[in-house]
Amino acid sequence: MKSFRLAFLLAATLTAASAFAQPVSKVKIGLVSTLSGPNGAIGEEIRDAFNLAVQLNGGSLGGVPVEMVIGDDQFNPQVGKQLFERMVKRDKVDFMTGVVFSNIMLAGLPEAVNEKVFYISPNAAPSPLAGKDCNPFFFAASWPNDAYHEAAGQHATTRGFKSAYLMAPNYQAGKDSLAGFKRFYKGKVVDEVYTKLGQLDYSAELAQVRAAKPEVMYAFLPGGMGVNFIKQFVAAGLNKDIRLVLPGFGADQDVSRGVGDVMLGIQDTAHWALDLNNPANKKFVTEFEKAYKRLPTVYAAQGYDTALILDSAIRSVKGNINDKDAMRKAFREVKFDSVRGAFKFNTNHYPVQNYYLREVKKDSQGRLVNLLASTQPVMANHGDAYVQECSMR
Amino acid sequence: MTWILFLEQALNGLQFGLMLFLLASGLTLVFGIMDMINLAHGALYMVGAFLAAWLAQLTQSFVLGVLLAIPLTAVFGMVMESTLLRTLYARDHMSQVLATFALILIINEAVRMIWGTDMPLAAPAALSGPVELLPGLFYPSYRLVIIGVGLVLAGLLYLAVTRTRVGAWVRAGASNREMAMAMGINIQWLFTLVFGLGAALCAVAGALLGPLLAVQVGMGESVLILAFVVIVIGGIGSIWGAFVGSLLVGFVDTFGRTLMPALFREIFPPQVASAAGPAVASILVYLLMAVVLFLRPQGLFARR
Repeated sequence: MKSFRLAFLLAATLTAASAFAQPVSKVKIGLVSTLSGPNGAIGEEIRDAFNLAVQLNGGSLGGVPVEMVIGDDQFNPQVGKQLFERMVKRDKVDFMTGVVFSNIMLAGLPEAVNEKVFYISPNAAPSPLAGKDCNPFFFAASWPNDAYHEAAGQHATTRGFKSAYLMAPNYQAGKDSLAGFKRFYKGKVVDEVYTKLGQLDYSAELAQVRAAKPEVMYAFLPGGMGVNFIKQFVAAGLNKDIRLVLPGFGADQDVSRGVGDVMLGIQDTAHWALDLNNPANKKFVTEFEKAYKRLPTVYAAQGYDTALILDSAIRSVKGNINDKDAMRKAFREVKFDSVRGAFKFNTNHYPVQNYYLREVKKDSQGRLVNLLASTQPVMANHGDAYVQECSMR
Repeated sequence: MTWILFLEQALNGLQFGLMLFLLASGLTLVFGIMDMINLAHGALYMVGAFLAAWLAQLTQSFVLGVLLAIPLTAVFGMVMESTLLRTLYARDHMSQVLATFALILIINEAVRMIWGTDMPLAAPAALSGPVELLPGLFYPSYRLVIIGVGLVLAGLLYLAVTRTRVGAWVRAGASNREMAMAMGINIQWLFTLVFGLGAALCAVAGALLGPLLAVQVGMGESVLILAFVVIVIGGIGSIWGAFVGSLLVGFVDTFGRTLMPALFREIFPPQVASAAGPAVASILVYLLMAVVLFLRPQGLFARR
C-alpha cells in the first residue's frame, strides 16, 4: 500500500513536471464581469468583444484552443470575490479577466494573483495598483484610472480655457478623477463640486454653474448620472456659453443612445475612437457591428485588445503557459496590433499610449457616433503619475 | 448668493417638491386608508414612465404618449390592487413589505423583458431650451411646464378631496376605516379607486420626469425612499401633509446641496469642507425627518 502511494506521488510529480515544460492543449480563461443590472451593458461590451476576438481567431488564442468560464459579479464585490475564488481553485483557469469596476476587481484580485494566475484587466486600472501596490501578475490593457481626466485637463490647457468648473460624484474614483484633471490643467478652477453617488437631478448644481460662468465644464459622471447631467446641462442652455468636456466613456455610443441629439458637438478624451485609422481597428469595428448589430464602445475596444494581448503572449511562449516567468516576460514585451494604435506596457504593467480628443457627430446613417475631433493626440505616449512608486523595474 | 441664483434654486426646489408630491399623495392615501405599506408604489412610477416612452415612440408625440400612459398605468394599478394587494390588507406590515418588495423585483424584471433596461424619451423640441423669466434669470422651459402641471394637479386633488363626495369618503376612510364602513361606504371599491388614482399620479410624475432624468429599470426605488420620507414628515393619510412635506423636502434638498458646501467652506479648512459639505447635504432631508419625528412623531398634519 505504501509503495503504491509512493509510486502514485512519483507519477504525479512527474506529470506535473512534464506539464511545466510542455505546451498545453487548451487554455482556460475566467471572465468575471458585471452582466446584469443597470451597469450590465458595460460588462456585455467587454464580454462580447473578447468572445469576438477569440472567434475571429478560430476559437483559439496564441494557437491554443480556448475554453471560456464566464461569471456575472452582479455589481457586487462579494459575489465577484467568490467567482474569482471558484474559477481559480475549482475551475483551475489559466488566466483571469473581465471586471468593469475597480472596487469589485480589488476584492477579487488577490484570489487570482496569490495563486499566481495572471489577471489582464480590460477596464479597471486603479492608481494604487500602478504605484506602491503594483503586482507581477497584474496587467492593465485599458488605461490608468486618471488618464482620461489628465488628457481632458491637458486639452483644457492647450485650448487656453481660463476657468474651469469641475464636478464628480462624492467617492474615491470621483476625487481621483478631478485630481487627474487638475494635474494637467493650468487655468483657474472656479469650483469643484462633489455630488451624491447616483444622483439623478442636477438642477441645483447647474444653477451654481450658470452663476459661476466658467469657460469649460468638466464632469466625471459615469453611467446614468452622466446621461441625466448632459440632458439637463443642455436644457438649461448652458452649452451655449460653456464648453462641456467629458471623459471618453461619458459620451460614447451607449450614452448617446440614451441622451439623443443634444449630444451633438460634445467633446471627450479617450485612448480609442471608432474612426482611429489603423487596419486592426477597421477590422474590429466592422466585425463587431456585423456580429452584434451595434457599434462598439471604448469598453468593447478594451475587451478586444485584452484578448489580442493574451493571443500574442501565449504565441510567443509557444503555448508553455505554465512557465510563469516566461509568460510574464511575454506580457511585458507584448507586440500586437492594438485597435488603439501604438501600445506598450510600462514597468508597472500599465499602458503607455496616446489619448485623443473626440467629438459626437452624426454618421451617414444618422446615428450619433463619437469620432476623432483631431487625429493629433492630446497626449502622446502618456504613462501615469505613479510608475515611480512601483518596485517592479 | 445673488437673488437671481436664489430664485432659480427656489424654482428648482418647487419643481422637485411638486413631483415628489405626485408620488407621495398616492402613497399616503394607500397607507392612510388601507393601512397598507406598498413598496411597489415606485414600480408604478417606472411603469408609467416606460409606457409613456413606448407610446410616445409609437404615436410620435410626447403629449399623446403621456396622456395615454396615465389611464393605462391607472388600470395596471387597479388590476394589481384587485388581484394581489387586496389579499394583503389583513396581514401585518411585515408581510406587506415582503410581498410588495417581491413585486418590485418581479415588475422590474418584467419591464426589462418587455422594453429592455432603458428607453429614450425626449421632451418636445419646443421645450428643449431655456426661457428668460426675468432679465438674467434663465430657466429650462420644460421644468416650468412640470411646475405648472404639478401646481394644477395639486389644486385639483385638493378640490377633489375637500369638495366632492368621493373625496369625503376618502377622508372618512383615512381617519377611521371601520366607522366609514359602518356608514355604508363601499370600502373595497374605494380602495381600488384610490389605488388607480395613486397609480395615475405616479404615471404623471414618471412620464414628466422621464425626459429630465432617465427612463430606466430601477428608477422607482430611489424616489420611493424620498416619497416615504415625505409622508412621514407630512403625516400618514393627509394630502395636505404630503403637499407641505414634499415642498419642504424639495427646498431643503435643493438649498442644502448648494448652501451646505458653501457654508462649510466658510467655517472649515478646504480639505474638511470638500469632504463634509456634500456628505451633510445628502443627509439633510433625513435629518429633517428625524427632527420632525422627534418633535411630532405622528407627522406635521396627521389624520389620526
